[in-house]
Amino acid sequence: MPETIAQLPLLETRGLTKIFGSLKACDGIDLLVAPGEIHALLGENGAGKSTLVKMLFGVLSPSAGVVRWKGKPVEIGSPGQARATGIGMVFQHFSLFEALTVAENIALALDGNVEIGRIAEEARRLSLQYGLPLDPSAHVADLSVGERQRIEIVRTLLQNPELIILDEPTSVLTPQEADKLFETLEKLRGEGRSVLYISHRLEEVQRICDRATVLRHGKVTGACNPRLETPSSLARMMVGSEVAAVSCTGNQPPGGILVEVRALDAPGRTPFAVALKQMNLSVRAGEVIAIAGVAGNGQSEFFDVLSGEVTVANADAVQIAGLPVGHRGITERRMLGCGFVPEERHGHAAVTDLPLTANLLLSRHASDRKSFLSGGPLGLINRAAVAKAARRISAAMDVRKSGDDPAAGSLSGGNLQKFIVGRELDRQPKVLVVNQPTWGVDAGAASRIRQALVDLAKSGSAVIVISQDLDEVFEIASRIAVINEGRLSEAEPATTMTRERIGLLMGGFHDGTVRREEAVLAH
Amino acid sequence: MDMTQAIILTVMTAATPLLLAALGELVVERSGVLNLGVEGMMIMGAVAAFAVAQLTGSAMAGAVGGMLAGLLFSLLFGVLTLTLVANQVATGLALTILGLGLSGMMGEAFIGLPGLKLEAVAIPLMSDIPFFGRILFNQDPIFYVSILAVIGVHWFLFKTRAGLKLRAIGDNHGSAHALGIKVIRTRYLAVMFGGACAGLAGAHLSIVYTPQWVENMTAGRGWIALALVVFASWRPGRVLAGAYLFGAVSIGQLHAQAFGMGIPSQFLSALPYLATIAVLVIISLNRRMTLINTPASLGKSFVPER
Amino acid sequence: MRIELQKRPGQSALFSILSPFIALGLTLVAGVILFAALGKNPFDALYSFFIEPLTEVWSLHELAVKAAPLILIAVGLSICYRSNNWNIGAEGQFIIGAMAGSILPVVFHDWQSPLVLPLMLVFGMVGGALYAAIPAFLKARLNTNEILTSLMLVYVAQLFLDWVVRGPWRNPEGFNFPETRSFHEYAVLPEMIASGKTHWGFGFALLAALLLWFVMRRTLKGFEIAVLGQSARAGRFAGFSDKGMVFFAFMVSGALAGLAGISEVSGAIEQLRPVISPGYGFTAIIVAFLGRLNPLGIVAAGLILALTYLGGEAAQISIGITDKVSRLFQGLLLFFVLGCDTLIHYRITLVQTGLATRQGGTA
Repeated sequence: MPETIAQLPLLETRGLTKIFGSLKACDGIDLLVAPGEIHALLGENGAGKSTLVKMLFGVLSPSAGVVRWKGKPVEIGSPGQARATGIGMVFQHFSLFEALTVAENIALALDGNVEIGRIAEEARRLSLQYGLPLDPSAHVADLSVGERQRIEIVRTLLQNPELIILDEPTSVLTPQEADKLFETLEKLRGEGRSVLYISHRLEEVQRICDRATVLRHGKVTGACNPRLETPSSLARMMVGSEVAAVSCTGNQPPGGILVEVRALDAPGRTPFAVALKQMNLSVRAGEVIAIAGVAGNGQSEFFDVLSGEVTVANADAVQIAGLPVGHRGITERRMLGCGFVPEERHGHAAVTDLPLTANLLLSRHASDRKSFLSGGPLGLINRAAVAKAARRISAAMDVRKSGDDPAAGSLSGGNLQKFIVGRELDRQPKVLVVNQPTWGVDAGAASRIRQALVDLAKSGSAVIVISQDLDEVFEIASRIAVINEGRLSEAEPATTMTRERIGLLMGGFHDGTVRREEAVLAH
Repeated sequence: MDMTQAIILTVMTAATPLLLAALGELVVERSGVLNLGVEGMMIMGAVAAFAVAQLTGSAMAGAVGGMLAGLLFSLLFGVLTLTLVANQVATGLALTILGLGLSGMMGEAFIGLPGLKLEAVAIPLMSDIPFFGRILFNQDPIFYVSILAVIGVHWFLFKTRAGLKLRAIGDNHGSAHALGIKVIRTRYLAVMFGGACAGLAGAHLSIVYTPQWVENMTAGRGWIALALVVFASWRPGRVLAGAYLFGAVSIGQLHAQAFGMGIPSQFLSALPYLATIAVLVIISLNRRMTLINTPASLGKSFVPER
Repeated sequence: MRIELQKRPGQSALFSILSPFIALGLTLVAGVILFAALGKNPFDALYSFFIEPLTEVWSLHELAVKAAPLILIAVGLSICYRSNNWNIGAEGQFIIGAMAGSILPVVFHDWQSPLVLPLMLVFGMVGGALYAAIPAFLKARLNTNEILTSLMLVYVAQLFLDWVVRGPWRNPEGFNFPETRSFHEYAVLPEMIASGKTHWGFGFALLAALLLWFVMRRTLKGFEIAVLGQSARAGRFAGFSDKGMVFFAFMVSGALAGLAGISEVSGAIEQLRPVISPGYGFTAIIVAFLGRLNPLGIVAAGLILALTYLGGEAAQISIGITDKVSRLFQGLLLFFVLGCDTLIHYRITLVQTGLATRQGGTA
């Protein structure tokens, strides 16, 4: 794409700033998007990308700075105004209404009083035109994540925007679905529209984007043509220094089987839950097994069954070190030497408003009863011992916090995650099950956590990692399995797995073999 | 008028306040707000209606006064829960306690006074229909309002854009806000509608049911209305059915007491409350239905990102 | 201009302590306005309402007598509310506890021994606990909303008491008044302090508050209550049973309400009547919130709310205001407490609307 210097930019921001209390989420951002351009907004988690685009879409009001559209300054005070200006947005966390139909969801994002029947027809037509088929009368609650994203995109396109903002769109897609999305984006660019593409994935950005603006800690650290850069130069702009790669050398051959899942069946506990079907898995000491998969295929349900928060009918379906634990709860499994790190930091792995010492006690009050509690049945809490352990963990994992024992909610995502993982590692568990270890975590903390997982396996433990991030999966796993609609594929060595194969497995399989693509996707 | 007609009439009179209060709360809960203060708003409506009727000499003015009282009273709840993001359950309870106390104080001057009754309005032609005409089309205006409200609420929620937005807020207030829907303003309007309905329901008690003011005369009807909303799975048509069912139970036990069946009157008086529990249990047994129909953001605090 | 709320990262320690006082202050201000509107001298009225009852010894005893059930019930309620179990039926549990505890002195009135009183207290606690187990069961096993079920049971309990007192338990030598026979001396809760009427119910209340303080602060059980109240999912992750907690919280609360009931009946009234409570079960809810669900705060709050009961009676005599003003004060107080609690979790700022993006931003 030739550089067009004398062209009027479509969107320009100068000094755009947003302050939340004492936090400067965006600090004096200058951004330039040309017409007919796919422009990347790069940065790691917490860099300020989402905040920036929320200001462009009128959801947040800027604390300072100027936004210009086609050269003229504009004030975008609401999403309605943004849409009227010609800006459309597809959120990372979808703004959908589960109890309503596809057509109703689309209608809500449109302005004016168009009748629902006409919206449904228009939506169906557009969805086919762009290769994103939708059924207007379906209820959103019944749709997959990929289908939900289509709703978001179609309803944005119905407004005929000149600039479309996409916030981390591929984080919920299989590699094949991502390819389809890129085709759609290129089609849009061909029509003269521009795309503002938010991502932290360098490979994608280099593949489809014409220009990139890099953010770090709320400031712009670079604007470039991503195709002319190397992954490490981009990474340096994003993170500021070289991020240590995870070292996996020195792996011994795996030891005895520590976790075994055999013909596991678990019915869905709510109407919207995923039922687990005939799952099989064995994990040996010294291994890191990664369960790859797109969100919503049973990861949480599988985690709950492994952790014992949910028990199953067949006691033998889950075995720890040879013992059938299917009927046993989470406390008993912890007593057997297991540690668990759930996906949700707030309201599951930790309680937001309680201090770190309380959150330490949360998962360790039974396993560490002798050190943390006294007084027999009274269960008196030994504060000094708990505080000492908390300090030890914070030091070991380099947890940055304000004060000696702050509330969990005051820590950043990365630091809280380091504490939560460290809490389990502190016990040297024989088995560790982690669901999305680095979701929403900055690169430095992510790297540290992944290294800790690898080191734990090296010391002879079995580690199960459930992750949506394929980069992470390939970085740390010795074997990889794929979860799809409550089924688990056969775990294969990481060395023989390819992204393509994982992608196909994510799309569906039966008895270990890949299902053929649906006709509707083959457009 | 024969015995059957009389009984049906009394059932309708018993059901109307339940229906109105429940409809109002249904709209509020559909927008994601749980207002447990229905009993408080109802009793305020009752005392205000009686007082206004006494002071102005017009029962109609009393009805309007009751409605306004409920609406204003609900604003207290609105400010606390929508602007100050206070706990909705506790605030609703506070509203009820305050309402019972305030109405007791205000109503002291009116205890024992004979009240003004809201006259029935006969709809021409329709009221001449044999049997039904007398019952359905020769009623007090509040009854007509209650039936129109069922139709109106249904039409509003399911056939208008504004109703769609309200349901969307109840489903996911974060998404609604991100789309630019005015969450807090819509909720304020819903809460005020609920207050007006509850106030009018209370007015019905003091100027139609028994034209009198008695302290605590709502006797738990506000709570039963709350249960009715759950029982109806937040659908207006079912609220109508539920209100009349309860009306029948209330009247049935009164007649049983008069009949002298040998069952202690206190047991019979307890029937509506026990029925409420039974109804709640039955609805809760169908977990799937409950999960699908409950507005997902019901009772959750909402602080918009700005 | 609009009000904007920003969530604080933790809870503000300062406002946790200040907020009840601010609420009290606002209530007093509202009281001044109210009395002035009623045509009375506001400061005289406030004096007779809040100060006068504290000036005489017999009045202080009345204060303790009224505060005892409030504190006892509120302590139980605080366990429930902290664990996210909304027990609104304490009034009903109070009544059933009173009835259960009265079985011995009413039905077996001939058995007179020192064992009677302790057994009465135990029966009272068991009765209250079992009655509270009903909404607990409905919530834990059948997922039924406990607010509505526990509340409906209040009406049922009141009607049950009414029937029992007018029917099977009516005093045969009582000239047909709706009341049971008076309790014999072994069934009366003795006085605690020689100078007046304060019975041992007050002692139980203080003991309960102290025990709860200890449990919440130092023990694993207290930790479990706090965690389950904040997040049921995190509680399950910790290995706690949220369903078990429903039973525990309701039954402990029911037992304490039942104890309050039998203490009131055997210590203050010495018989059963159709009405044995001026709404203690509901006022205790206010006590719990005003005391910020903290046992020590609850003791203070209980005394303050008992004061509003006495103040209403005193003001009625000295100034001629209806004693219903008490209820109004109580409701207002709860309102202000809830409003001020916002300050603990959020920072309130006033923002100018239309704050346009300024030209020429800084780099």
